[in-house]
Amino acid sequence: MRTLRFLLQKEFRQIFRNRSLLPMIFVTPIIQLLVMPLAADFEVKNINISVVDHDRSVFSQKLVSKITASGYFRLIDYGNSFDRSFNSLELDRSDLIMEIPRGFEKDIVRENHQPLFIAVNAINGTKATLGASYLGSIIGSYNGDIRMQWTQPERFSPSRTIQVASSNWFNPFMNYPFFMVPGILVTLVTMIGAYMCALNIVKEKEIGTIEQINVTPIKKHHFILGKLIPFWVIGVFIFTVGLFLVARLVYGIVPLGSIPLLYGFLSIFLIALLGIGLLISTYSETQQQAMSLAFFCMMIFMLMSGLFTPVDSMPGWAQVIARANPVTYFIEVMRMVVLKGSGFNDIKIHFAVMFGFAALFNSWAILNYKKTS
Amino acid sequence: MKQFISFVRKEFYHVFRDSKTLLMLFGLPIVLITLFGFALTNEIKNSKIVVCDYAKDDASQRIIDKIQTTENFQIEKALMSHRQIEEAFKSGIIKLAVIFPANFNNDLLHTNQAQVQVIADASDPNTASTLTSYINNIVQDYQNEISPSGPAPYQITTETRMIYNPALKGATNFVPGVMALILMLVCVLMTSVSIVREKEKGTMEVLLVSPFSPFLVIVTKAIPYFLLSLINLTVILLMSVFFLEMPFNGSVLLLYLESSILIITCLALGLLISNSTDSQQSAMLISLMGMLIPVMMFTGFLFPLENMPMVLQWIANIIPSKWYYIIVKSIMIKGLGIASIWKETLILTGMAIFLLIVSFKRFKIRLA
Amino acid sequence: MATGPSNMGEVVIKTDKLTKRFGDFIATNEITFDVYKGEIFGFLGANGAGKTTAMRMLCGLSTPSSGSATIAGFDVYKETESIKKNIGYMSQKFSLYEDLTVIENITFFGGIYGLSDKQLKEKTEQLIEQLGMKSEAKKLVGSLPLGWKQKLSFSVAILHEPKIVFLDEPTGGVDPVTRRQFWDLIYDASARGITIFVTTHYMDEAEYCNRLSMMVDGVIKALDTPTNLKKQFSADSMDQVFFELARGAKRKGD
Repeated sequence: MRTLRFLLQKEFRQIFRNRSLLPMIFVTPIIQLLVMPLAADFEVKNINISVVDHDRSVFSQKLVSKITASGYFRLIDYGNSFDRSFNSLELDRSDLIMEIPRGFEKDIVRENHQPLFIAVNAINGTKATLGASYLGSIIGSYNGDIRMQWTQPERFSPSRTIQVASSNWFNPFMNYPFFMVPGILVTLVTMIGAYMCALNIVKEKEIGTIEQINVTPIKKHHFILGKLIPFWVIGVFIFTVGLFLVARLVYGIVPLGSIPLLYGFLSIFLIALLGIGLLISTYSETQQQAMSLAFFCMMIFMLMSGLFTPVDSMPGWAQVIARANPVTYFIEVMRMVVLKGSGFNDIKIHFAVMFGFAALFNSWAILNYKKTS
Repeated sequence: MKQFISFVRKEFYHVFRDSKTLLMLFGLPIVLITLFGFALTNEIKNSKIVVCDYAKDDASQRIIDKIQTTENFQIEKALMSHRQIEEAFKSGIIKLAVIFPANFNNDLLHTNQAQVQVIADASDPNTASTLTSYINNIVQDYQNEISPSGPAPYQITTETRMIYNPALKGATNFVPGVMALILMLVCVLMTSVSIVREKEKGTMEVLLVSPFSPFLVIVTKAIPYFLLSLINLTVILLMSVFFLEMPFNGSVLLLYLESSILIITCLALGLLISNSTDSQQSAMLISLMGMLIPVMMFTGFLFPLENMPMVLQWIANIIPSKWYYIIVKSIMIKGLGIASIWKETLILTGMAIFLLIVSFKRFKIRLA
Repeated sequence: MATGPSNMGEVVIKTDKLTKRFGDFIATNEITFDVYKGEIFGFLGANGAGKTTAMRMLCGLSTPSSGSATIAGFDVYKETESIKKNIGYMSQKFSLYEDLTVIENITFFGGIYGLSDKQLKEKTEQLIEQLGMKSEAKKLVGSLPLGWKQKLSFSVAILHEPKIVFLDEPTGGVDPVTRRQFWDLIYDASARGITIFVTTHYMDEAEYCNRLSMMVDGVIKALDTPTNLKKQFSADSMDQVFFELARGAKRKGD
């Protein structure tokens, strides 16, 4: 026990003396937590549309004003040259082109069905589909308006309407940062925890101080605890600052569920994470190697965790990878407990899995770490 | 000249003898392309929803059938109270509930109006709005089916063409972004670490005392990573064209030229970072942690730049990969030539030159 | 030239055909020798001869392939943790933490070896006094000159009064005066009953030892006092002895 005290004393002293490390640990996460949620907005809005109007009738212009009035679209240009509009599509100045054919108004009355031509920049498939679908519903609504105007009452038979009453629970204002902030916080804790732990241990290997330690009567588990505990403390600290300072003060996110529950899960998550860092350090001789391995793992963890893209939408084999990723579970837990107020019962499987990860990574690492070769 | 080559060869040995670094250098791009190409998507699929059918009549059955035939949902049929739905949301079992009230069909037939209730778990607003709109569309379809008035008069028809990516593949958007990401991160990281490592070990002095000008010393360090980045680029391109079936409509030469400009920018940035720090650890931290998130965020392939607050959009302008991303899309997917991307190329070149000057100046100061 | 305890007291290191193999390569080949309490035992040899491998086995850092050894009475296969409690170690890289102060290093290593708080305080003061580092006590070790680092390393290695202290090329890179001062510390420790096991390249330091052994190609080619060795090889200095022995060596390291 005393040994542990001395080990921890040394570790903390070293960490706080490390001039370049400190800002990384404390400042960068906060900045990233402030900026990322603002950037991570998948909503489709501000679509740039370029209209080619060969008809220039009151009719066509009404359609155009309806489109701009919807709030989804920004009219970039309005002209009568398709080539010019296509050019602006090429140069990314507009996302869609709508071409209104000559004689549009006349043709509708005569039921000639000359179509409106819509060209969409589909490089971003999701944006393109949504954009086209918004435009489609505006046109449909405009169509409905015309029908109302022109149809004689007798021809107007009662149509059946089904109204869909939709409500959004837990996040009625559909606030994106609400959803992203908990996940991003997890990512930051993950990156710092695993990196720092791995790099720290390998640095000792590189310098040679680890040999000095191997020669002393320090027990394996003391040494490992001496390495894990400081980063565990740092992880909890960053999480706390992130949750209470940034999330609450800046984004107004107040956890709906039990905060001790969150911290409980965080603690086990950190143990699992630091186990991974430890494991990486047992496979690395130099800091560069540790960093390469850690970076490789982190990228995969981050992408396959459901942070940016949903796990459910992944193909079967990818879901297996996602389920073998500890970060996935913590992000789920965060989103469930913070945003929906889920309780222990709802996340007991997550707890069990995380325990499993913690046990697995740490025992693997301890097996690998040998004082004697 | 021979000495120059031997220096460069030494750098290559450093890289190739380290299996774990190699893993990252070459394995990462392959993994990223695979993931982005096949696993990651913004679409919403396989969502579990619950349908509470209190009506159990023809209409509700028809609509439920329609919902079932789409691939987007996994349906569970149960009669849940609001309380139970809330619990189910909390456990993450379902994402959406569709509720048909008891007299659904009757209301429809007799009063021409009926209501369907949809409750979404909006903790994930993206999924919630997408699922809700799917249901909306299905209901809308059904409504049109049962409409007695037949095809509507005065129908405006539309013809839509998806340009550049008719199959609506996600890869088209991601791959240029992954290219930018890999080049920026790997290049900057490896260069800065390699230079700092020499400083740390003390071998930098040895190099500087050699008959080469400091300028050449740096160049020898940069060349292997330049070549490696080009190889990486090639691997990514081959994978995306052959596995992901991405189009390549423009000039290959132009793409490589533009990529070289980006690589030079990154090498200069790596040099700059190595000047600002004395330990490998900090060089790594700055190159990775400091740059990973900004590059992912501000290149524009993960999150649409247009949605961001103006301040962030300005910041994005100083990230070289943002311009590179536009250039790659223009060349690869749109098949455009230099005439359309001269502006972006100029900006990128400007950044490269600026960084080169600044980093060399700092390097010289450091020496003195 | 040191005389020290000229013979047989308690045996603190005993090896019998100690061998270490790495695949086909035999780094240390059946070495057999004894070291006595309070001795200054020099372990010489060219680079690549097998010195460091041998020392690592004796410290419990490496498991032998065959043969036996007892260090301070503990078996080198089964009781490595007990060995570690009773030895001190100072490696070529000095292995003090450069980003901790002098006092912090002493506190750390002392605490690790089980010194109580009171003992730590006493020993720290004593040590700083002894080394004349009063004004450097709160400075980071990284800022100290090399000679001071070495002396500090040694002192920290024997802080817990171990039975044996292993020194792996402790005096590399400093001037002869500083080296001589270092050896004063070694004599001091030896007089207190601490056995010194030291490897070195400097042949003048070889003269300071009570007894020496010389390893060539993994085997001990000579084991005696410096005086006897010089007689044996009709040499005037240890340099010559070394030359005679190492000449035919097949492994000359890097």
